[in-house]
Amino acid sequence: MSDVAHDAVDFAPPAEVEEMELYHPKTWIGKYVWSQDAKVIAIQYGITAILIGLVALVLSVIMRLQLGFPHTFDFIDPANYLQFVTMHGMIMVIYLLTALFLGGFGNYLIPLMVGARDMVFPYVNMISYWVYLAAVLVLVASIFVPGGSTGAGWTLYPPQAISAGTPGIDGGIILMLISLALFIIGFTMGGLNYIVTVLQARTRGMSLMRLPLTVWGIFMATVLALLAFPALFVSAIMMLLDRLLGTSFFMPAMISLGEQTSYDGGSPLLFQHLFWFFGHPEVYIVALPAFGIVSDLLSTHARKAIFGYRMMVWAIVAIGALSFVVWAHHMYVSGMNPYFGFFFATTTLIIAVPTAIKVYNWVLTLWRGNIRLNVPMLFAIGFIFTFINGGLTGLFLGNVTIDLPLSDTYFVVAHFHMVMAVSPILVVFGAIYHWYPKITGRMLNDTLGKIHFWITFLGTYAIYFPMHYLGFEGLPRRYFSYGDTEFMSASSQDLNAAITIAAIIVAFAQIFFLINLFTSYFRGKLAGPNPWEATTLEWQTADTPPKHGNFGEELPVVYRWAYDYSVPNADLDYIPQNVSPSDLKKPTAAQQGEIEN
Amino acid sequence: MGLAYILIFLIVASVLFHFLSPWYLTPLASNWGTIDLTLDITFWVTGVVFVAVNAFMVYCIIKFRYDAKKRAEYQPENKKLEWWLTGITSIGVVAMLTPGLFVWNEFVNVPEQAHEVEAVGQQWHWSFRMPGEDGRFGAVESRYVSDDNPLGMETDDPDGQDDIIVINPTVHLPINVPVKINLRSKDVLHNFAVAQFRVKMDLVPGLVTYLWFTPTKLGMFEILCEELCGVGHHTMRGKVIVDTQEDFDAWLAEQPTYAEVLARPTGDALIGQAQYAVCATCHGAQGEGNLPTHGPKLAGQEAWYLRRQINYFKEGTRGAHPDDQYGREMAPMAATLFNDAAVENVIAYIETLPDIPAPTTITGNLEKGEKIYNVCAYCHGVDGEGIPSLNAPRQAGMSDWYLATQLKNFRNRVRGALTKTCTVCK
Amino acid sequence: MTYTLIFLAILMAAVVWWLVKQTINVKPWAADSAADAVRTDGVHGLGSYVPLPNIKLGLGVFLAVVTSLFALFVSAYTIRMEYADWRPLIEPNLLWVNTGILVLSSVFLQWAWNAAKRQDRAAVKRGIIGSGICTVAFIIGQLAAWNQLSAAGHFIQSNPANGFFYLITATHALHILGGLFALGKTISRLWQHSSEMPEILLGVELCAVYWHYLLAIWLILFALMLNT
Repeated sequence: MSDVAHDAVDFAPPAEVEEMELYHPKTWIGKYVWSQDAKVIAIQYGITAILIGLVALVLSVIMRLQLGFPHTFDFIDPANYLQFVTMHGMIMVIYLLTALFLGGFGNYLIPLMVGARDMVFPYVNMISYWVYLAAVLVLVASIFVPGGSTGAGWTLYPPQAISAGTPGIDGGIILMLISLALFIIGFTMGGLNYIVTVLQARTRGMSLMRLPLTVWGIFMATVLALLAFPALFVSAIMMLLDRLLGTSFFMPAMISLGEQTSYDGGSPLLFQHLFWFFGHPEVYIVALPAFGIVSDLLSTHARKAIFGYRMMVWAIVAIGALSFVVWAHHMYVSGMNPYFGFFFATTTLIIAVPTAIKVYNWVLTLWRGNIRLNVPMLFAIGFIFTFINGGLTGLFLGNVTIDLPLSDTYFVVAHFHMVMAVSPILVVFGAIYHWYPKITGRMLNDTLGKIHFWITFLGTYAIYFPMHYLGFEGLPRRYFSYGDTEFMSASSQDLNAAITIAAIIVAFAQIFFLINLFTSYFRGKLAGPNPWEATTLEWQTADTPPKHGNFGEELPVVYRWAYDYSVPNADLDYIPQNVSPSDLKKPTAAQQGEIEN
Repeated sequence: MGLAYILIFLIVASVLFHFLSPWYLTPLASNWGTIDLTLDITFWVTGVVFVAVNAFMVYCIIKFRYDAKKRAEYQPENKKLEWWLTGITSIGVVAMLTPGLFVWNEFVNVPEQAHEVEAVGQQWHWSFRMPGEDGRFGAVESRYVSDDNPLGMETDDPDGQDDIIVINPTVHLPINVPVKINLRSKDVLHNFAVAQFRVKMDLVPGLVTYLWFTPTKLGMFEILCEELCGVGHHTMRGKVIVDTQEDFDAWLAEQPTYAEVLARPTGDALIGQAQYAVCATCHGAQGEGNLPTHGPKLAGQEAWYLRRQINYFKEGTRGAHPDDQYGREMAPMAATLFNDAAVENVIAYIETLPDIPAPTTITGNLEKGEKIYNVCAYCHGVDGEGIPSLNAPRQAGMSDWYLATQLKNFRNRVRGALTKTCTVCK
Repeated sequence: MTYTLIFLAILMAAVVWWLVKQTINVKPWAADSAADAVRTDGVHGLGSYVPLPNIKLGLGVFLAVVTSLFALFVSAYTIRMEYADWRPLIEPNLLWVNTGILVLSSVFLQWAWNAAKRQDRAAVKRGIIGSGICTVAFIIGQLAAWNQLSAAGHFIQSNPANGFFYLITATHALHILGGLFALGKTISRLWQHSSEMPEILLGVELCAVYWHYLLAIWLILFALMLNT
């Protein structure tokens, strides 16, 4: 790399690149605990998110045990079942996926991919993580207060979330709301960093249209999150006041345990509007980074430029913008003015168009490619398959009429798990297999990776594909057990049992992943700087893993977009972004290293 | 290559599963065939896309697998192809959306000839109300709701006097007549859903929401709550019984109007004392309960619960199951209380009996029991004192052996089985 | 939600417009010849040498988040207002005085900003101290308004309008308190002789923008509460 940079100096004096002052810690604690290095913060985010995610995974297995084999396990009762459901959903959506994609991958990849030394506000970035950790701890604490965590469902709908009959209305819901507020504050600090870093700290030559799609995805998701999370914040604070001070923002005049309450006139629908005004963009907050990352994985491992880059960027922007005008499709049968249904069904189905374009372009990237089926690629293709399925079932639920029979059934559960649980998680795994060599300097074990992929991919499909059909039959979600519901066929219980067994297998398969993460750190094959022969800047760093400051002495200069794979007449089938056309014949340091290996 | 074959397998298996699986929409029992049609259209469109896109992907994986000697094609974009794909996708979207909007329009606008029924939800029960002969519902207010006025009727409203009050979770509807169900909740959010009718809608406290349908099949259909409403969410069931017009009219005539409910006789304990003599043989002279005769303690039990159980025994809801030995003995006894006044009198007398806690007769692990009771407490109260508005009777201080028998009965579907009160689906 | 959507529509339109400018006629796959690297940089994107300081853009983004927050409060307020139990709040007259004080604190900061541009350190000190005092007075005034209300029996749970009043004023005051922290930092820098004028100018400018912004928000909120 240094070769290129030195050559570049002749043409573009470095005076124009503002050097960043980095805080260089001297102690171990300063380096790894109170670290201001985005890469360390990324790993802190990642580890915390994965650990709390494992808790949520265990909760899902417990739920499945009850559903597959009702009345077999003594320790599950209707009250704690709802608590498991709630914590599982909330952790997975907010504390795992949002935190991992933005706090984890965002922190690690943004500065490296745009060619910056670090985030622009490293100190704020550090605080962001510690506030996030506090939010997680408050969440965990809510399990241990009297009455336990809240059992209101992850949507926390009032009045039921804070009135008798629901578990955890004493401490649980209060701590949950506080934890969410903390999460939002922490995220806002991080989010400011991601936005300003992408806009301001790009290295020379890195125009917007040369950004890898990963950065685009994370960037747009951050924009959505910054604008949408305030809605959750507002609703959380107002609900907290309703619960603690007896205001009636959301709480209507109602009876509780046979007694009149002091609430009067509040609007439960107002909460739902606010919640989903956050909640729908939240889907894309998780999905857009996944879209971006998977685009880069596909392009790299298919050795082919991403198909229709500009269309991909505009699709990300269009999806982001549209995601703010579809929220009420979660409320078709909520009792809101039914005429809203026409508007929201239309906007919802319109959003299918840019989403479909993305899918086409992924598949067209494979077309006439030169596909290397290594582990990250397996996960990327698994993602496409799962996402197609989950995306198409969204067309059922988005279409207001079809939502009538399917809303609140297991069809919904199957749909959103397919589209925003399994799909993004497959991308998370693919991304970890892809970038682990950069983060640690060692490759993850291939065999373990393949075992992990096949069980996870096939297992999750076996869980969620048949589950749609339970929904067709009419099985309602959030039921502790459906007993002898007359219209449910007897065989549907067998299907439930089969789904549970698949879920247990998938959950245990994650052990292969954890073992792989752990052992490869010490014993994995040395990776070298650019094992996948990729073009983006993070693979062109002087050191692997990159040191604080990312790029050694001088920042790279970018001459081309991130997708110069299989360029005609080039020596190799990839040209890194920092290789200038005049240097094309000369291999870069990273390539040199590859050749020597 | 393994990947390609497995993806082919998944595509074929998914399609086969769809056509062969025994699990699909429950048979339709309402006018909403158009909903099923819209769903089918969407199925065809999405199914074609699912197979086509995935098949193309499989083709790419097989055809363009890695070969160190080959290079991928360099083609950053293809505007024409992208616009074509966008256009075709848009057509597919329009094809799915248009019928959806038409059907939704039909759902939003209730036909004029529809008759109205009000369904009232509470944790975790359903009640119903019909407008009576004047065709108008009486006014209701949340703040009027009490144990004696469970629907929150405004007592003086003339429109409300002839309203038909159904304080149990079964409602009858005439076949082939459109019905608009007005939905009202007393506490939290609920949802009125009948799988066979296809439509559903939330109940929102403070609002009246609605849905409409025309039942087209005779029989019993289960109402499920499909909006999380607390611990008892999954137990919140009701029944719609679709009758012929004659059967429906007969049922309707049996139901009390609000005025009749108001005029319900109050019991006279003195008269009741004489009637109680029959009860005393099993339940004890002071209503203290008697294990050898299997008569549970009555003293201290609340009037509403005694009334409901006596009526259940009288109408055969209880005491009819072949395995319910003692219930079968009780049923003819209850029949001796030949009218409402008699029932009220005997209850009035039982209310005067001294409430002495029943002796403990069974043993168990208290600590484990306390844990399990946490769930019971949601309805029966933390101290087992009973919560009338939740239809949950008192348990503390009553005959423990009786409670144990009844729990077993509930578990074995001897008592409380949903189909028991169904008169149509024999 | 109309107000929030209007805000978002404006924001999104701005983003899209900016993006169109960045992307129109750009062929992302075209590589620069080495000599073009500088030129490309200048034409596309903000580039790393655009003189806008990071912190300014950071403040801008933060204000967008704050706008979203208050727009949502306003939306919630207007939706809740439609319900039958809404009783308009009798705003204490003290709020007029407080508004005046807040305007004054903004004026002081603007004065300080102008002084900082002229490199007049003493005037900056006067302006910024004046603004600080006014701001503290504003917060005390808001607390006094709360006191008056609750003394008159208007508690937070009495009526939704009251609830919103307490909630919105508290959120607004918390944002001002956060601003005071930044103002304090600028003040301490002013009194350190080692600190350079450009650094102070930036600090004063950021505070001034933030203050004007919170003033504008307050005026909108106050107008909303007066008229409903």
